[in-house]
Amino acid sequence: MAVLPILTYPDPRLKQESEPVSEIDDALRAFVRDLEETMHAGPGGVGIAAPQVGRLLRVAIVDCSRSRKPVSNHGRMVLINPEITRWEGVAVGREGCLSVPDYTGNVIRAEAVRVEALNEHGEPVAYDCEGFEARAVQHELDHLDGLLFLDRLVSRRHDLFRRKVHKKPGER
Amino acid sequence: MKDWFMVTLVGRDRPGIVARVTGALFEGGCMLGETTMMRLGGNFSIMMMVRCGAGRRALETMLRPEAESLDLRLHVDAIDARLHDHPQPDARITVYGADRPGIVAQVTGALAEAGFNILDLESDVGGTPEAPIYVLHMEGQAKEGLEPLRSALETLRRETGVEASLSPVEAMIG
Repeated sequence: MAVLPILTYPDPRLKQESEPVSEIDDALRAFVRDLEETMHAGPGGVGIAAPQVGRLLRVAIVDCSRSRKPVSNHGRMVLINPEITRWEGVAVGREGCLSVPDYTGNVIRAEAVRVEALNEHGEPVAYDCEGFEARAVQHELDHLDGLLFLDRLVSRRHDLFRRKVHKKPGER
Repeated sequence: MKDWFMVTLVGRDRPGIVARVTGALFEGGCMLGETTMMRLGGNFSIMMMVRCGAGRRALETMLRPEAESLDLRLHVDAIDARLHDHPQPDARITVYGADRPGIVAQVTGALAEAGFNILDLESDVGGTPEAPIYVLHMEGQAKEGLEPLRSALETLRRETGVEASLSPVEAMIG
């Protein structure tokens, strides 16, 4: 296990699209362990994506059980070749990034998403995420497409969106 | 850090102010830090952190011709820069209501008492000239947690009739 160095913007690798994983083997599992250890070593990080350590592979980890305040979460999610297959609602929320130190900004994301992926054993997994965890998933998947939250900042002055406009069926 | 100044420029809005002012600073070898520049009513206001190794007098001399030709008031203060030192907000508060004198003072007074430290405040007047509405939007730190802020806003809603809402801000770092 090893903590890998985190690339910081303007490293050009952060703006590149990552390749799908073709084989899930011991080497990949070792990399996932290192990636996870790297996420845990960062200050307050609840997610990480492979391109943040310079590996242009479609691998991300999200673990919102570690958030500063308790949020609805699925614990540790290893997401290999992930796809978002369902979006619902919109919400403005604050984001920062291990690859963009000392800056946070407001970003509009879907309030709830379904993400489908393979885990590190090659098994298909699907998670229905909402709120903070849905935001983390979308942020990490953006990294796989060479996008940073900086690409999605919304204006401060006219940001009058309510933070949460998504409502569950039956909720008033 | 030395050589940093807060430059304030205020005047009637017109196209090209930002380009000409920042162009003069760039030509003069200055660097910008954090800035806010915006139209307030028919006026344009600039507050910007400027690094100028040549000192305050040189900075004023550099900006004076642009300020005069654009009819802007210029003010320069030496400052302690403290870049890369962003306090994180943990609450966002929006207040709006029929405009009347004292809304901002009343709201921010009650929030300060409840432990709210404002990092960012913007307000605007909308509606019609006959029936204006005031919209106030703030982000800040809740020094004593969110509960005292919620109850302060509840009291404001009840006693003054404004609408007031609070959303927690929890930065997602990924």
